[in-house]
Amino acid sequence: MNLNVTMIAQAVTFFVFIWFCKTLIWPYLIRAIEARQKQIADGLAAAEEGKQSLERSAKQADEAIAQARGRASEIVAQAEKRASQMIEEAKSAARTEGDRLVAGAKAEIDQEVSRAKESLRAQVAVLAVAGAEQILKREVDAKAHAEMLAAVQRQL
Amino acid sequence: MAAGQELTPTSYIGHHLTNRTVSLGDSPFWTLHLDTFLTAVMLGVVGFGFLWWVVRGATSGVPNKRQAVVEMLIEFVDDQVKGIFHGNRAFVGPLALTVFVWVLLMNSMDFIPVDLAAAFTSNVLQQHEWKPVPTSDINTTFALALSVWGLMLFYNVKVKGIGGWTHELFCTPFGSNPLLWVFNFLFNLVEYISKPLSHSLRLYGNIYAGEIIFMLLWMWAATGLVGSVFGGVLALGWAIFHILIVLLQAYIFMMLTAVYMAMAHESH
Repeated sequence: MNLNVTMIAQAVTFFVFIWFCKTLIWPYLIRAIEARQKQIADGLAAAEEGKQSLERSAKQADEAIAQARGRASEIVAQAEKRASQMIEEAKSAARTEGDRLVAGAKAEIDQEVSRAKESLRAQVAVLAVAGAEQILKREVDAKAHAEMLAAVQRQL
Repeated sequence: MAAGQELTPTSYIGHHLTNRTVSLGDSPFWTLHLDTFLTAVMLGVVGFGFLWWVVRGATSGVPNKRQAVVEMLIEFVDDQVKGIFHGNRAFVGPLALTVFVWVLLMNSMDFIPVDLAAAFTSNVLQQHEWKPVPTSDINTTFALALSVWGLMLFYNVKVKGIGGWTHELFCTPFGSNPLLWVFNFLFNLVEYISKPLSHSLRLYGNIYAGEIIFMLLWMWAATGLVGSVFGGVLALGWAIFHILIVLLQAYIFMMLTAVYMAMAHESH
């Protein structure tokens, strides 16, 4: 209960332990704790940055999709326009071609008709002459009336 | 217990509260309390040795459970000091940790039943009258409190200079009017004397009283089996309550140390 040299011994022990704590315990653990705190802070910052860049790229992707969609509809519209244009062109070409064919056919038909008329004319003349020959065999001299028959043939 | 002596409550308590002394010189001052000193050194070596062993392998990556416990302890102390002491904690932090851990371990010796400790020391160590709780020896608490007090004076001079500290002694807290110098100085004198006294006696009183209450409760064992059980139940209750006292006193001692160091570093 009385104060004696124990106090001094305890004080010396106390300072030895303070020194031990200060040099061999405290700095090492505080360093480890602070390093971990920094690591965690860095990690959180990186996560935040990652989140932001994710948002950025999502926005970019949305923009790209919207752009592509616009471009696609533009292309579709252009193609539709071009298709109808081509249909129109084909229609008009077909019409022209048809007209041309019809006209050609008509001309050919006219030619055929006139040619048939020619030959008919010649054959009628021959038939008429043959008929007339049969009738007039006896009384008409072919030679004498050939001039008259030619004139009839020309009038047909 | 020495044979042939009659066992009375007085001798029982007196026996457990007597220090094992070694005389180093002629005067009574040169008496060393061997039990107090050796127990304190042993506890410090075990406690700080454990901390050192854990810290040596400390990693800044994922800590194992052992390191996590030590980190919790050190961060707890660091946080407490941070709240009080504003400045570089490279010295005050370890100081507070030393105080907390050491006082806590020394207080915790109270949990060992006195007669079990006595049986160990007298039968195994062949040392009679061995007091196991260093903080119930006023020499320990005064050694701690006066060391902190000395550090406080040292840092007062180191931070403020002799002139600054003298100015503070005479010109605070009432004012720098020369008529007030005496009162300021007397006020500060009382403060500087009362600091180590209250610091050390608070711890000593709490632990010493706790120990005495344990002994009073253990005396129920002298009344027979029922008394032993009853005393055991009471001692269990007191031991559970004593956990709070042991922790609280170590905490208070640490906080006051930090407060005194902070006051030494801050000028008014």
